[in-house]
Amino acid sequence: MPSTYTPIATTTLGSAGTVTFSSIPATYTDLIVIVNGKATGNGQLSMRINGGTSLYSTTSLTANGSSAGSTRETAATYLQFGYYGYFDASNQAMAIAHIMNYANTTTFKTILATERNSATGVDASVGLWRSTSAINSVEVYASGANLAAGTVVSLYGVKSA
Amino acid sequence: MLNTLAGIIASSGGAAAGGDYESIATVTVGAGGSGGITFSSIPSTYQHLQIRAFARTNSPTNGENTKIYVNGSSASTNYAWHVLRGNGASTAAAGGGGNYIIANVGTTNVTSTFSAMIIDVLDYANTNKNKTIRNLYGFDSNGAGYVGINSVLVPTTSAISQIDIFMDYNFTQYSSFALYGIKG
Repeated sequence: MPSTYTPIATTTLGSAGTVTFSSIPATYTDLIVIVNGKATGNGQLSMRINGGTSLYSTTSLTANGSSAGSTRETAATYLQFGYYGYFDASNQAMAIAHIMNYANTTTFKTILATERNSATGVDASVGLWRSTSAINSVEVYASGANLAAGTVVSLYGVKSA
Repeated sequence: MLNTLAGIIASSGGAAAGGDYESIATVTVGAGGSGGITFSSIPSTYQHLQIRAFARTNSPTNGENTKIYVNGSSASTNYAWHVLRGNGASTAAAGGGGNYIIANVGTTNVTSTFSAMIIDVLDYANTNKNKTIRNLYGFDSNGAGYVGINSVLVPTTSAISQIDIFMDYNFTQYSSFALYGIKG
């Protein structure tokens, strides 16, 4: 059987900022982004695709240890995943985003993501990018804040048989 | 600060690290649509299975349930499931007997929108345990959508060698289901 779940790139931030994976090869079926670290302020896992600033929406399921809720962002300028499980300056948080069928040029793109911060909450989210363009660039950041120095962001490719 | 990683990607060459996560089979639905897909003769050489699905249905409403059989068994009353989901405004939890994996696939009236499912079949080849299936799923159509997590109990100690995923409507063209094996 063909081996897959291939590491494409990893960066460890030397200073606060965002991470952009560009020139992503179109040779996989799905992409997986894993973020482990902190932010300079409170901010959810967020993404922009191919540098675009429109055509995004998300639906999230969120819980903080005492209550659960669901949120939605429509006609958004970026993908914002989750609510309570945000990155912050105090606690190590992590998020995993699955960018499904990213290279196809027939359908819109769907992204499944989970985000968790043991001190604040946990989220499951789905995002939509309303474009049939193949994805070749993904910017990863925390909404309203920068990812903190030391945060590790990795990109993997999964290829189906 | 913006860290552009084009150079890193180019220099890494995308080399595979290893053989612990392998593609077994993929089914892509053609122009005629399909009421279900089957993975059969699944080798027992992995620790876990994962199905990564990108799917859409011709159901007239959002939220159509997707279902799963193992080993060809349609005795749905023997399965059990639970789900926690959100629709953008509120949450809901449900459970019962039956073989749902609760996909809530996007409908044909939401152009080009597909749902996603990541289904894990844990310890599928173990003959001492009943089997647990878990699923992260969702779809969003810029104003409607669902996201949720759920589990299905398959009350059999038999190794799983076949998985059927189906629904009461059809999966439409370009829906795809990819089966992977994860080594222990």
